[in-house]
Order: sequence, then structure tokens, then C-alpha cells
Amino acid sequence: MNGHRLGIDVGGTNTDAVILDESDDPIAKTKTPTTEDISSGILNALDEVLRQAEISGDDLEYVMLGTTHATNAIAERKGLNDVGVLRLGAPATKSIRPLLEWPDDLAAAIGDDIAILDGGHEFDGRELNAIDDEEIREQVRAFDHVDAFAVTSVFSPVREDHEERVAEIVHEELGDDVPVSLSHEIGSVGLLERENATALNAALTSVAAEAANAFIDAMDERSIDAQLYFGQNDGTLMSVEYALEYPIFTVASGPSNSVRGAAYLSGVENGIIVDVGGTTTDVGALTDGFPRESSVAVEIGEVKTNFRMPDLIALGVGGGSHVDIGSDGTVTVGPESVGYRLTEEARCFGGSTLTATDVEVAASGIDIGDTRPTVEDETVRKAREYIRTEVERAVDRMKTSPDPVPVVVVGGGSILVPSDLDGASEVYKPDHYEVANAVGVAIAQVSGEVDRIYSLDDQERDTAMDDAKAEAKSRAVEAGADADTVEVFDVQEVPLSYLPGNAVRIKVKAAGQLDH
Amino acid sequence: MQVDVADLEDIALGATILGTGGGGDPHVGKLVAKQAIEECGPVEMIRPEELDDDDLVLVSAQMGAPTVAVEKLPAGHEPMASVERVERELGREADATMPMECGGINSMFPFAVAARKDIPLVNADGMGRAFPELQHETFNVYGVSGTPAALADEHGDTCLLETTDNERLEWHARGLTIRMGGVAYVTDYPMSGTEVQDTAIPGTMSLARDIGTAVRTTDLGPVDAISEATEGSIYGEPTQLFEGKIVDVRRRTEEGFVVGDVVIDGLGADAGETMEIEFQNENLGARRNGEWVATVPDLITVTDRETGEPIRTEALRYGARVSVIGIPTPEIMRTDAALDVWGPRTFGLETDFVPLADS
Repeated sequence: MNGHRLGIDVGGTNTDAVILDESDDPIAKTKTPTTEDISSGILNALDEVLRQAEISGDDLEYVMLGTTHATNAIAERKGLNDVGVLRLGAPATKSIRPLLEWPDDLAAAIGDDIAILDGGHEFDGRELNAIDDEEIREQVRAFDHVDAFAVTSVFSPVREDHEERVAEIVHEELGDDVPVSLSHEIGSVGLLERENATALNAALTSVAAEAANAFIDAMDERSIDAQLYFGQNDGTLMSVEYALEYPIFTVASGPSNSVRGAAYLSGVENGIIVDVGGTTTDVGALTDGFPRESSVAVEIGEVKTNFRMPDLIALGVGGGSHVDIGSDGTVTVGPESVGYRLTEEARCFGGSTLTATDVEVAASGIDIGDTRPTVEDETVRKAREYIRTEVERAVDRMKTSPDPVPVVVVGGGSILVPSDLDGASEVYKPDHYEVANAVGVAIAQVSGEVDRIYSLDDQERDTAMDDAKAEAKSRAVEAGADADTVEVFDVQEVPLSYLPGNAVRIKVKAAGQLDH
Repeated sequence: MQVDVADLEDIALGATILGTGGGGDPHVGKLVAKQAIEECGPVEMIRPEELDDDDLVLVSAQMGAPTVAVEKLPAGHEPMASVERVERELGREADATMPMECGGINSMFPFAVAARKDIPLVNADGMGRAFPELQHETFNVYGVSGTPAALADEHGDTCLLETTDNERLEWHARGLTIRMGGVAYVTDYPMSGTEVQDTAIPGTMSLARDIGTAVRTTDLGPVDAISEATEGSIYGEPTQLFEGKIVDVRRRTEEGFVVGDVVIDGLGADAGETMEIEFQNENLGARRNGEWVATVPDLITVTDRETGEPIRTEALRYGARVSVIGIPTPEIMRTDAALDVWGPRTFGLETDFVPLADS
């Protein structure tokens, strides 16, 4: 027996795991508490699903990990690297220094070592200013105490050579092991936001190594010799080596995984996903089986970034949300929550806090906790109405047209969402909804990407586009995808001049199923 | 009246509302102005009447592509350099500076010039909102020459322009801006104190600040908040033109401008009705059930129905719940001469100016 895949989702509260058989059907699932050292929590979950599935570690062909480790490190300012932040753009850009708008404690956590040096390009690829090797060498030596470098050059999404030269110099001066994050690999046009994302990425490489090692150690411990992958923001997989270099691409993998898992479990390709957790509910959109990405700047740890992230609305409503009754009889739900203490503090578990879960248990008699609490009919009605309104509004805001669309509800708190939402053509609550995250990473596809500048003087735009698409597909196949399933899922085009007919930068991503 | 760092936040928010959906995000300009005030002290803001007749007033502004402006940030000296190039040409120093556009990012750079040169900033401007081109100025409407004008870039390059009319100034300056890397800093329409008093739209910078303060601190809706701010100004009383949900946004790029329209289905009192707004970077005109109800130069601003935050045209999206607010412009912006420069037909709308009633 072979060809099983294991999906693990390490969240702040729970570590979920699921095993899929050769035909990708879930045959075992568990939710266990996340542990301080991560790896013992992974082992607990792993042992439980292997036991349920009655298979051994040798039967696992692929193991996929989704983790919010990097996200938490930023939120808690824990384990972040000291970063040398180098910007190439002088004499331009000097009026606004790097990290200017960061929260003080986050800037302090990465050391506030910044410099603005000569370099950068114009929008059309001309040099804005030449780089000065000696100036860069001196600055790199002055920052020899940092753990990692973040390099951002003006218009590097158009021309990346200045950033690449800095990486070479860092490695010549301080050794090949010093991590260097280059902004053109990370974000798009918008200097401050791209620089922020690049600095955050550089700050996360040690944390990423820790998570990767915990994952690898846990697999070694059980002598599992499967291929290991991490889930990334766009809902596809990346290799462990890639995750070590670009940890920032994991920060939104949680929501992406649940969107993908919900799509898989329900069979819905286009619609709205509602993921109800303990404290919050994420509402996202599903476009051809992938999470729709946001078009506006996304903040991580109060820092503006501009790379693409799943478009989400987070509601302060979850299974552990407090239900408050005002003096005038109005009922509100959340944003305060008992969170992971649901099993101690909620009334249905003998606690004293009235939570959203208690309301459902009281009303429907569903089997959660130890007792069925008594809640006044009026309170039940108003609390349900409150949640319904919040969810319906979020669903409507995520839609791209007024027509009703399918809505898929997943996550541990799914019972809170009614089955007859306004604006929904149908409401799905698929089997295994509570571990949709882990399912999502387990079924995730492997992707290939092309990012290249094409001259349009000697070829048509369509020819260039076809070339980029073919190349992206073949890279996905090289990375392990089954050629028959590979499809292009993202195309971006950046014209490099105002004048027609010159050059264009084309980015294409393709993804397909892992070969069995 | 002194303007300090804290005031810049409110001015930037008010300038976004006066930007009527365009004018560029004030964010980068605000950071530049902030740094100048932190280093050189607060800016003295004066009324046009406080100028002496023969004072020299020089404006400054950024021109070019917004996508370049967010990538190639300024070195910091550019707005000073364009002002100083015109000073050199005229053989005298500016006695005061002034914005040429109170809406969007150009509300901000003159504060950096005022702080660094230690000269006052005149509480007035030449657009009374945001507009896309250099001839869209009351200074132009009422006969001030746009030149001698200067452009500056981050390298310290400057270029002096003398043109035979103000449309040709726009034409040449736009071309040079491309060569300067897509963004340049311009000083044009050098004016005497008398010319400012005769042609500028007074009070627009304190109006921006008052609108920003009101929207930031209000418990009321955005319309009531903005009303509070416009009461003491020469602008008319704002009205809520429509309330509803965006159901469609169509955009295309034409010659560097974002052109399109947004369709809003009514909610509340407007349920069952539809509003369409046409935009070219800025909002140009609004139709209710097919009938024009507001057009340029009057201000049409789309705000978040709950927070009152203004929504720029590039951020309009399906599903957003919005209030559309109209603000009647003062007479100086509505004369026949002014409508020849920025009336609805100059932007290709098939209607004459439909003035918002000053209710």
C-alpha cells in the first residue's frame, strides 16, 4: 500500500491532521492541541491519524504542512532576525527612510539597520543611477552583525540586476550562508510596501528554519521517507528549501488552505467560503478552485505590504464568541471570545460564559459539551439574527455580481451559520468540514512560475504570452505535477514603457496535481 | 494660523475628499511634508488678503503617473528646486508659496517648501479640487500666464519653460515628465499678491483641514460632518446625492488616465433607483436613473457608508456600501470662462454643467 498523503495544519490553538487515501478521500482526521515546540504536537496528530487509518508511515508518499508560525512570530515579535535593510535608489527616495512607518517595537525587533544607496531603475528600464560596488561593500561590512539582508531597488519589478549584484557582494563579503531577500522576488510596484514585505521576509528566515526543522525532525522520528512540502499563500505547495528562503509566502497559507479544502470537500469551484473558527470567521472567495487575491495593500503586523494575499473579510464572530445582552435588550456576538478555553468557560462545558456555541446547543440540542444550557428564546433569535446578518453582509461584499452564488461553510464553528443565507444559491456544509485546512494543504497542487521580460519588437504579444504559459506549465511538471492536470491560474502583465510596442514583463503561474 | 505635523493628517484626509476620487494618494506627500516640518518647524498659513500687492507667490506640485510616484519616491529637494529655478529666472525670492491643487497629493508638497524656505503658505489654490492637467487652474481661467515655469527631478536637473499659452505649457511639461522618469515637480503660474487675490480660490487648505477633522471625529454621518466644515467656507452645503451598493465598475486606460464608470444600486431611501458615476481619474459626473444630477466642476465624492472614508476611483469595487456626496463649488469655479476650461463637455460628457443647488 502506498500513495497516501498526510496534511497537517499547525494553527495557534490546534494542530489538525488528515490522511487521504490513493484516491484522495479522507480516511482519518484529528484535532490536537498545538504544542510549544510544534514537533511534539505534530507527532501527536501524526500518530493518531496513522492509528485511525491503520497504515504505517511507509505508506505516506507526500506530507504537506500548513503553518501560521511566521504570522505569529510577526504578531508577537518573537524570534525575528536582525536585518540589514538596503535600498538602492539614491538620489531618489531619500525623503522617506525605510521602516519609517513601522510600529517602534517591530522596527526595534529587527534592529533598525537601514541604508539608502546609489542605484535603481526608471519605469522603462533605464538606469536611474549606477550602483557603486565600493559603497555597497562598505555598507555590508558595517552591517556585519546582522542575521540577514533585505534589498530593495527602485523599479526592480522591471529590472532586477542591481538587487542581484548586492546579493553577490553580501556573499563575497560575509559568506554564502547569509540569507539575502531580494524585493523583486517578493512584491510588485510600490516601493515602501515591497520593501516592508522584503524586510519581513528577511526577519523570518530563522523562524522558518525552526518550523521546517520541527517538521523534518517529526518525520525522521517516525522514519517517514515521504516528500515534504509547505503550503503557500496562493494555495499551492512549495518545497522545504523554497519555504526556507521565502517564509513570507506562508503567512496567509492558513486561509488559502481552508478555501482550497472547502472547494475540494464540496466540489464547488466558484463561490464564497465561510471558515468559522473559535474567535473569528474568515470569508473568502473561490475563483476556479483557487482563492481570489486581494487588489489592495495588505497589512501584516501593522506593516503595509503589497504582495498578493487571499482577499478576505475577517468577522469577529466564532464558536467561542461572547454573547452579550445589552440593557436595552439588544444582543451582540463577539468580538471578545473565550478562544481555546471554550471547553472550560462555555456554559455547555459547565463554565459561566454565554458563547455563540451555547446558543446553538441550547436551540438545536446538538451534542457538544456536557450539558444543554438554557437560553431564552428571544436571545437565541437575536443572536442567530446577528450572526446571520454579519455573514450575509460579508458574503455579499465578496461577490462580484448580484447573482446568488454557492456558499461553503467549514471550520470548527460551522454550526453557527444557517443553511438558508440570503444571496446564496445553496449553502454547503461538507463532510470533514472541521479539518478543511488540513485537507486543503493535503490536496494542494504543485506550481511552476515564469517571470520574464519579452521584447515586443521582434514578436507579437500573443506569441510571448504563449511562450510564458508553456514554460510555466513545463516547470510545474518538473516540480512533480501530472502533465495532464497542469493549468495556468495566474497571469500578470507589466508594460515597461508608455510607448506601444516595446517590452513587457509577463508573470505566469501554472499548477497541477502531484503525480501518484 | 500655524500648521503642525498633527494637522497634516487631517489635511490629507480632507484633501482626499476634495480630490473627488483622484488627485493621487496624499500618503507619500504627507511623509515628505512631515519630515520637513519636524526638521524646520511649523508652517505659517496666511489668508490671500495678508499678501502685499507686489509679493511674489510661487506654487509647487508633482505631476506624472501615480504608479511611478509610489515607486520612485522623491529625494526631497525637488519641489524646492523647481521653485528656486523660477526665482532665479525672475531675479527675486518668493515671499510665499501656495498649492495649485488642494485635492490629493498636491495638497502636501507646498508645506515642505514653506517649512524649508521659512515662508508662509497661502490658504488658497487654483483648482478647488483635483483636476488632471496644468491648464485646469483658476489662474489660467482669469488670465495669469503659466510661465516662466520650471520642472525638477531627483537628480537636480531642472528645466525652464516659456510657452505662448498655458495649454502648450501642459503639452511640453507632460513630455519632459516622461523623460524625467514619469514623475516631475513643477512650479508654474508665478503670481503677485494682487494676482493671487484676484484669481485663487480662497480658504481651500483650511477647508481641507476642517473636513478632515470633522470626518475623523464625527459621530454623525459624513454628510453632516462635511457640512460642519463647509459652513464657514465659500463652498455650498453638501448633500447626499445617493446611498447604495456598488454593483458594477468598468475601467480602461486611455492615454495614461484611468477612465470608466461605476454603477450603484440604491439602498434605504434610494432603494429601487440607480446611480452611475463617470470618472477620468477624478469623478466627472453623476446620473440618477439616467438623468444628470451633478457634473464637474462640482465635487462628487464616494465615501464608505459607515466610516465616511473617501474611496478613490482605483479602489471602487463591487459590493462596497457607499454614500455619494455632492459639494457645490464656489462661483469663481462656475463662471462661463471657468466652464470653458473644465466644464463637462471638455471631458467629453454629453451635458452642460448641472449645478448642485446650494440648499
